[in-house]
Amino acid sequence: MIPELGHFALILALCVALVQGTVPLYGAARGEPALMALGRMAALAQLALVGVAFAALTHAYLTSDFTVANVVANSHSAKPMLYKFTGVWGNHEGSMLLWTLILALFGAAVAAFGENLPETLRARVLAIQALLGVGFLAFLLFTSNPFERVFPPPADGNGLNPLLQDPGLAFHPPLLYLGYVGFSVAYAFAVAALIEGRVDAAWARWVRPWTLAAWCFLTLGIALGSWWAYYILGWGGFWFWDPVENASLMPWLAGTALLHSAIVVEKRDALKSWTVLLAILAFSLSLLGTFLVRSGVLTSVHAFAQDPARGLYILAFLLAVTGGGLGLYAWRAPALKPGGLFQPVSREGGLILNNLLLSTLAVAVLLGTLYPLFLDLLTGEKVSVGPPFFNATFVPICAPLFAALCVGPFLSWKRSDLWPALRRLQIAFAVSVAAALIAAFAIDGRSTLAAIAFGFGVWLILGTLAGALDRVAGGAGAMQRLRRLPRAFIGMSIAHAGLGVVVLGCVGAGAWNLEAMRAMKHGDRMSFAGYEFTLRGVEEVPGPNWIAERATLEVTRGGAPFTTLRPERRLFTVQRRLIAETAIQTNLVRDLYATLGESDGQGAWVVRLYFNPLAPWIWLGAAFCALGGFVSLTDRRLRVGAPSRRRTVLPPAAQPAE
Amino acid sequence: MRRRALLAAAAALAAPAALATEPSEILTDPALEVRARAIGRTLRCVVCQNQAIDDSTAEVARDMRRAVRERLVAGDSDPAVYAFMVARYGDYVLLKPPFKAGTWALWLGAPAVLAVAAVALFVAARRRARSPAPAAPVLSDAERQRVASLLASGRDPAPER
Amino acid sequence: MSTRWLYLLPLATLGIVAGFFAWSLTSDRNPASIGSALVGRPAPTLNAAPLREGETAVTDASLRGRPVVVNFFASWCAPCQLEHPILMRLAEREGATVVGIAYKNKPADALAFLKRLGDPYKHAGLDPDGKIAIDWGLSGVPETYVIDARGIVRLHFRGPISERDVKDSILPALKAGS
Repeated sequence: MIPELGHFALILALCVALVQGTVPLYGAARGEPALMALGRMAALAQLALVGVAFAALTHAYLTSDFTVANVVANSHSAKPMLYKFTGVWGNHEGSMLLWTLILALFGAAVAAFGENLPETLRARVLAIQALLGVGFLAFLLFTSNPFERVFPPPADGNGLNPLLQDPGLAFHPPLLYLGYVGFSVAYAFAVAALIEGRVDAAWARWVRPWTLAAWCFLTLGIALGSWWAYYILGWGGFWFWDPVENASLMPWLAGTALLHSAIVVEKRDALKSWTVLLAILAFSLSLLGTFLVRSGVLTSVHAFAQDPARGLYILAFLLAVTGGGLGLYAWRAPALKPGGLFQPVSREGGLILNNLLLSTLAVAVLLGTLYPLFLDLLTGEKVSVGPPFFNATFVPICAPLFAALCVGPFLSWKRSDLWPALRRLQIAFAVSVAAALIAAFAIDGRSTLAAIAFGFGVWLILGTLAGALDRVAGGAGAMQRLRRLPRAFIGMSIAHAGLGVVVLGCVGAGAWNLEAMRAMKHGDRMSFAGYEFTLRGVEEVPGPNWIAERATLEVTRGGAPFTTLRPERRLFTVQRRLIAETAIQTNLVRDLYATLGESDGQGAWVVRLYFNPLAPWIWLGAAFCALGGFVSLTDRRLRVGAPSRRRTVLPPAAQPAE
Repeated sequence: MRRRALLAAAAALAAPAALATEPSEILTDPALEVRARAIGRTLRCVVCQNQAIDDSTAEVARDMRRAVRERLVAGDSDPAVYAFMVARYGDYVLLKPPFKAGTWALWLGAPAVLAVAAVALFVAARRRARSPAPAAPVLSDAERQRVASLLASGRDPAPER
Repeated sequence: MSTRWLYLLPLATLGIVAGFFAWSLTSDRNPASIGSALVGRPAPTLNAAPLREGETAVTDASLRGRPVVVNFFASWCAPCQLEHPILMRLAEREGATVVGIAYKNKPADALAFLKRLGDPYKHAGLDPDGKIAIDWGLSGVPETYVIDARGIVRLHFRGPISERDVKDSILPALKAGS
């Protein structure tokens, strides 16, 4: 009964979305307030309906209702409750439903918080949001119905992929989807603006908070995914340039570029058509990721069960959304008037450089991801594009981006001078060069590149600090100036410094890590990275739906007890799959990381140890980036839907008598 | 496809969660071992999804690691080891694709985009700087009033709002 | 000015990318296929200890003079059982010379497998540790090669061969290669 209720709610949601996607558009075109107002009600109704559907599927999972095919395929009665819950989106149909729910959530949020938007713009944004919803709801109902029944119901389900039975599944996909789907609002605003033929500072100020929120979630989602891979895959890697990782990186890069170019639109009324294009692309690249995961055109560790029919549907949808947006862009964008003039050396110029480099990075990732497919189809040649390729192409483009990142905030709008900015950065520059030299000679003689990257990381942090100090320091009233700093500026500084922390973490964990592996018997001792590891035993431990071999590794330092690491190998009984469970001891500056391998049958176990310096900073830094975004969101000027058009142009005192 | 699934299942049962490079594989000569690891990180496991043989637990990856070490012990240079693998598995096995006619677009695509866009921006900036025509647009009456009032109040026309 | 076409560039790019996707989805391209580097090139050298007692080693000489089918198999491999009847027919009915290499298989197990399902192999060798397999660019079992009389690899199948493969490509290749 409840699954049918969910199914029915989805059908109703589709009907509501169809109405919401057409009537307000017509109303906006004809200037009929009643028809436009329909959009807000419909958006809230849609959220309620998709919410009911999601609740119904969740109920089926929590109660292990094996009359529902989706539950049978992806759940098992012996699974711990947490994974019964997260299993709802640990599969194709359920994750699509989560995606649709988040889309409805953003639509409802626009309806609820968009009070200050002009009526026609709001109506159009909500209508476009609803049209996206139509696409996803139809996809769910016609190709991927999560509520399909089976008869007779089997005694138990097939269980969830053991790799997914991890707390990571609770947060990684929802955050990622909040990011992907959040960009749909930017897309809707862009298309609405193209329809209206009007892009101005007010528009940019409405779009930015949504983009910023989506960007923060996406940042967290990507970082969490990387951390998850780091501790589950068992060899200390944190980024693999897998097609699906790349698919999440591309919208992130486009979204980052969008955040910055929207500032130019807001402050200087320039870069308008480019910003609109980025808004369309950020969401289109999110859809591309979905297509890649679910269509089977590329192989990836993340891929869902693949079905060509679904692939064709998503491709058609991708084409409709992206093609519609870009077609409208080609038609309407040339009419957008170019705005404020500026010199190449200026804040605008810096932000254009930022956009240029971020877009190039996105192109590099896109090419690397899709090239094997292109070449295979055209010539039948098979090539692989892996980490060494991206290290050789992606990383060098980061260098000018990072170099310019600290300088840009010093430049003033319209016209600026490079030298004063550079002078104020000279201490940061000197320290960064020193850091790179120390890294090259003292820490690691092997990799010059790593040392340079380390210098860049230090530069990002110190250069950003210098920018903040410059705003505050100097004579009396520093405290007051500190208190008066706009939140947006504080947020920017946190995010920029956070990026530096990420870079340092990547250098440490990627280039300076140490590794040791040995077959150890009980009582064997191994010295590694300044610690001594003693294997105290391996015992069998029963879990809820697995049996584990758990090693006890005693770690001492200079003879004094330091910690105990307990890596495991878990055999999931339903799927008969072994998953290594790493043991990590972190002090936030370095990780001690241990995995347990096979036994040789004669009492020896393969133990792998890693010493990953600065590894936690990768995710800590990413968290800083997201935190910076959230701080920036609290800025009064950026609050969702804050200003209305034209009201803020002139201070009341200067209002001329008209 | 089906065979791959079966193979994966068989491998999972036969050699479950074996570690990537194992202690028994390590060469006694540390210099050779460093080279072997470096090569292993850039060769793709042919039955895995985007994994280097160095990180893979698949059986064929282990065999490939062993083959790499045998070649190194036999005195092969690094390029010779790569050539050995490419002769057997094609360019597919290289995680860093070779620079050849078929991959020019891959290697040069992003730099080309950057160069073209940079040149276009530069030309546009020059053109804009040279033609002062749009610099003096006709002001509407309302704007003229605004300018007058701004000048009178002595405020910066581009304030932080 | 004539920069209007610039605004069409994103749409055109999308068209190209989407075209490739559509092509990929509608063709029978297998994204997991890794291709073969050996087709059109001389077969790698072969020197395998005999599987059956009392026979001589399987060497390059066993492959020369006429087109042959080389098949890597293992008793523990389910798809190998699947394709085995096809190999049997190929050897018995079509008179093809089939050479078998038992991949990472104990001789006793491989022999029991052949006893149970029939033995299509004119020569049968052992690859106990997968070294020959690497030389032959193997990714798993079963894999099947067709080598012409001059020792050039003509076909390479990764995965079990089907009746259709036999009819459409293996038999024509055997005929052309003699």
